[in-house]
Amino acid sequence: MSDTASEQHPIGIYLKIWLLLFALSACSYMVDYFQLQGYLRWTLIIIFMLLKAGLIVAIFMHFQWERLALKYTLLLPTVAVMVLIALMLIEGDYTFATRHAFFDPG
Amino acid sequence: MKTAEPVNSDYTQPGVSGMVSDWGADKQAFDVPWGKLMMWIFLLSDTFIFSIFLTGYMNVRLSATEPWPPVSEIFALTVGGVHLPLLLIAIMTFILITSSGTMAMAVNYAYRGDRRRTVILMAITAVLGASFVGLQAFEWSKLIHEGVRPWGNPWGAAQFGSAFFMITGFHGLHVSAGVIYLAIIARKVKRGDYEKKGYAIVEISGLYWHFVDLVWVFIFAFFYLW
Repeated sequence: MSDTASEQHPIGIYLKIWLLLFALSACSYMVDYFQLQGYLRWTLIIIFMLLKAGLIVAIFMHFQWERLALKYTLLLPTVAVMVLIALMLIEGDYTFATRHAFFDPG
Repeated sequence: MKTAEPVNSDYTQPGVSGMVSDWGADKQAFDVPWGKLMMWIFLLSDTFIFSIFLTGYMNVRLSATEPWPPVSEIFALTVGGVHLPLLLIAIMTFILITSSGTMAMAVNYAYRGDRRRTVILMAITAVLGASFVGLQAFEWSKLIHEGVRPWGNPWGAAQFGSAFFMITGFHGLHVSAGVIYLAIIARKVKRGDYEKKGYAIVEISGLYWHFVDLVWVFIFAFFYLW
């Protein structure tokens, strides 16, 4: 199924995605260039990052034309990664707080 | 024997009911060439490795009591008297994205049977990848020269060095391996080795290459822009 699908795509789609990726990278570079801070910086960085990652996986890797059986096989295990990230976020903040409580003079 | 054509005509239903019948029926679950499936599974395992690296980096950065070194300034370049923060990384990002684009086109031409264009585009991809590794070598030697070590650096939290060398080093290793992989496959395509087997191999090597680009998207966001 994926084979026949990829044969039908015109080359133009890859050029368009390339331009989009380039524009999104430029946008995230601008976030740093203009030194945006705080929640605005983080929201923008993560939005641009997820859009770029989504385009690469969906179009360049032909993921959106794969069957659902393969999609779930690849997507569901990454839930475990999300859990790890959440746990380590809590853990990192906790370690930081403990270090301050015990190593800070005064 | 035939790998390029759809493997089984039973793969007709779309969506959830199709997934249930793919898993439930007395047949193979995935309607893709086995090499492609194995590459996807390998990339899933690689996703875990890079996720663990980045999560470890997040953890040490959150818990560091010293200030984190000014990443934007460390990777700045001065071009023609103009000081541009993160310029080196922007150039590397551009190179990698472009190489992903040429690789996607190579896959497309491979399935159309246009061997000449496939080989040219794969060669361009490999050259771009090699130049990325070259810039990374430049970046590493610049930082080492400035005194960055896995156990310390002149600007702040010692964890910066170890996270930097481990994450970009492992990514650079993947790019280097990818360049060699692409060069080998491109040579075999040129020789006509896949005329009978079909050109799924170009898509498989393309998956690997796009994954390298994908990982860079996350490294760029979390390591360089944080």
